[in-house]
Amino acid sequence: MTEDLRKLVVDGIEIEAPADMTLLQACELAGAEIPRFCYHERLSIAGNCRMCLVEVVGAPKPVASCAQAVSDLRPGRDGEPPAVNTRTEYVKKAREGVMEFLLINHPLDCPICDQGGECDLQDQAVAYGRSFTRYDENKRAVEDKNMGPLVKTIMTRCIQCTRCVRFISEVAGVEEIGMTSRGEDAEITTYLEKSLTSELSGNVIDLCPVGALTSKPYAFNARPWELEPTETVDVMDALGSNIRVDARGPAVLRILPRVNEEINEEWISDKTRFVWDGLGRQRLDAPYVRKNGKLETATWTEALDAAAARLKGDPDKVAAIAGDLADAESMKALKDLMASLGVPHLDCRQDGAKIGGGPREAYLFNTTIYGVEDADAILLIGTNPRLEAPILNARIRKTWLDKDDVQIGVVGEPEDLTYPYAFLGGGADTMKAIADGAHDFFPILEKARRPMVILGMGALARPDGAAILKLAHDLAKKAGMFIAPTAEDQEGWNGFNVLHTAAARVAGLDLGFLPGERGRDIAGILDGAAAGDIETVYLLGADEIDAAKLKDAFVIYQGHHGDAGAHVADVILPGAAYTEKHGLYVNTEGRAQRGRRAVFPKGLAREDWAILRALSEKAGRTLAYDSLEELRAKLMEDHPTFAALDYAPGGASAGSFADAEVGAAGKLDPAPLRSTVSNFHFTNAIARASKTMAETDAAVRAATGDLRAAE
Amino acid sequence: MTARRIAKDQPETFAWTKESRAEVNWWLKKYPGDRRRSAVIPMLWIAQKQEGWVTEPAMRAIGAELDMAHIRVMEVASFYTMFNLAPAGEHLIQVCGTTPCMIRGSQELNAVCERKIGPKGELSADGKFSWMEVECLGACANAPMVQVSTRTSDHYFEDLTPESLEKLLDDLAAGREVTPGPQNGRQTSAPAGEPKTLTDKKLYDGSLAKPVTLPNTAPKENA
Repeated sequence: MTEDLRKLVVDGIEIEAPADMTLLQACELAGAEIPRFCYHERLSIAGNCRMCLVEVVGAPKPVASCAQAVSDLRPGRDGEPPAVNTRTEYVKKAREGVMEFLLINHPLDCPICDQGGECDLQDQAVAYGRSFTRYDENKRAVEDKNMGPLVKTIMTRCIQCTRCVRFISEVAGVEEIGMTSRGEDAEITTYLEKSLTSELSGNVIDLCPVGALTSKPYAFNARPWELEPTETVDVMDALGSNIRVDARGPAVLRILPRVNEEINEEWISDKTRFVWDGLGRQRLDAPYVRKNGKLETATWTEALDAAAARLKGDPDKVAAIAGDLADAESMKALKDLMASLGVPHLDCRQDGAKIGGGPREAYLFNTTIYGVEDADAILLIGTNPRLEAPILNARIRKTWLDKDDVQIGVVGEPEDLTYPYAFLGGGADTMKAIADGAHDFFPILEKARRPMVILGMGALARPDGAAILKLAHDLAKKAGMFIAPTAEDQEGWNGFNVLHTAAARVAGLDLGFLPGERGRDIAGILDGAAAGDIETVYLLGADEIDAAKLKDAFVIYQGHHGDAGAHVADVILPGAAYTEKHGLYVNTEGRAQRGRRAVFPKGLAREDWAILRALSEKAGRTLAYDSLEELRAKLMEDHPTFAALDYAPGGASAGSFADAEVGAAGKLDPAPLRSTVSNFHFTNAIARASKTMAETDAAVRAATGDLRAAE
Repeated sequence: MTARRIAKDQPETFAWTKESRAEVNWWLKKYPGDRRRSAVIPMLWIAQKQEGWVTEPAMRAIGAELDMAHIRVMEVASFYTMFNLAPAGEHLIQVCGTTPCMIRGSQELNAVCERKIGPKGELSADGKFSWMEVECLGACANAPMVQVSTRTSDHYFEDLTPESLEKLLDDLAAGREVTPGPQNGRQTSAPAGEPKTLTDKKLYDGSLAKPVTLPNTAPKENA
């Protein structure tokens, strides 16, 4: 397809810009800087702040460049390309006028405003405003609104750009914010001031160009220039959203998104953004050893000796479980340690999902998150992406918004996903019907050019998970979801997707943190521990298991929060949370990403790989690496996928992977497929320790409950 | 003007009466399929005529029926000032306060309302009246004027003086018949008193007409 390019002259520079581009973008293309408040490239165009005025030669008035398309411009009288000026005295005067109007009602409270230092209005007032005001009258004051425990409102500062209104309706997909009244009385509010219920609501804080919507938990905590930013990745879900962790001294004070078009665009979920207060609560900051039934603080030597003594016992009575937040290096170190001890009982699948072992394609989100936008038929099975991966859900919603013909079907629970879908049924029998071609949805998938299926943990973390995996793969194959790359279609298409909920899971599966020969899986380990067959259990941050079954076993817990695992522990080795260590994480697409340390581990806690290295020495099985770099080198040597940083394989292998080994035949259970995430705010130990998450959970419940009761 | 907020005390429920329902259905038929949201303004208006004001349960009911988020309905209801977000009197007096009416003494009408009814926006002691100041109602030739709205009617009362407005209010309170239109004996917006121009009778009997020849007509005997 050839693009319709138009010539235009911006500030004397002739450029060619696509006809459907806005004038604002075209001016930027030519290197001009256009100030703006309401315009945002990921939201619809409102054109109401008027800050982006430019001079179009021949036009009688200044033109709002965000609301004008390049194709709207007409050539000059003699056919010369249209000319736009952005730096003339005329434009300067127009901007000064707009800025003066915006500031008429904006309070001069920058010294007590949390936006201070990173405020669009502040910056642009300096760059494009006058140095004085001609307005002597009283400013208007607006009552603050309640938007819940995450978003703080100081509505007098609002300049009515409506970015928050557009974000919440368009991207988050819940129409909860609106602008009421008109003219001077216009106000941004939620309906009857109810709490926002979106999992993405925190993004309005970033979008707000002034200090009207700010972060409630971060209020009055710090100034932006005091903070030390660290670029890292998120572990709250399996997407690996790119984040920036802002810390001051030893404390993480806030988490912001980084732009990554392939994963999170520029959004992050509320759990990702606001979980940081959990990093300061319930922390394990010293080694503990259980003496006379009570956990007592101990020295590292005591704790490591106690742990090593148990590990040296009969290897068939030892087991290790890796949790959902573990980094790849510590899992690799633990796996190597267990291998050298001869322990076969390893598992990284806390929820008991029946995946791993076969080809990598059988447990990856092969379409890639970015690839979802190409899909024209989507089948969700046993998953609620809104709770499991809100950013992915926003991407599905975006796909649905951008295309009229996307067909979405759901097998599982009929939950509100923020976009309409066809509810096909609850259980595996529906899947079977689709796979057999007997269901109405099958022709939709078959006819689609880019069909995809998303299989959630709710479908796999069941006794019949392997059979469902196989069934889903057969369905995908029959519907033509595997399109091998060709010369014309170099990307290929793999429409078979597994949506993980644990940040550590894909790395664990990639490096084979799975039961060895005659090894027990997670259920086997827990039952074995309850029956006395397993005597020592090593938990690497594993908290989402039935810890009561470990009562009689000797539990070594290595982790950072005093959660379920630590409560049953006999030895606690305090580790580092994700913001406190360098580590590799592989997201659900199979994309390896590097997390970086923002602050040091708390108290006596150490980085996890170093704890395992020290423990191996005590156990007489010293691991063959002395630094994280050496460990990484070994990891990449043994498992080359870790070496391809920031790369998601996508559809490259769609035609060539060993598809016979996906899942296993078996009997299907007719019970409905339920998402494994029933509570978005409490999915991991950090979130459970967070007061903000607890408050948000209560507020969202109250807001949704109230509305439901009222209807 | 102060920010309009929905009333604190709200009824529990809202239901259309049979007549309102029929009217709503008529409007919905006008906007079928995915255009049904266009019926939001007529529906708010019908709800207001039924209840006297737009209640919060009514906004929710309209939102549910039109598949609109509640906040979207509230945006519309709060944007248009003719939607009452709080209970209004049986007779809602809307005093036009825009320039022509103001020059012709609308502020004195405000004073009458304040004295006879009470503060702006509040119900009178007997609950029968409330009043508000509104922007131009388009009857500038008959300034100053008020619109009196009831559940069944919206009538203009024009060419008012403080005295004639006071009489109007008294009549309404007593339930006496009132006549909409100019209150000073004027015929619509014709000049007050007798006509002063174009008074010659000959203008109207055809006696001043001159014969003309129209172009492109068949040549007949020119009379």
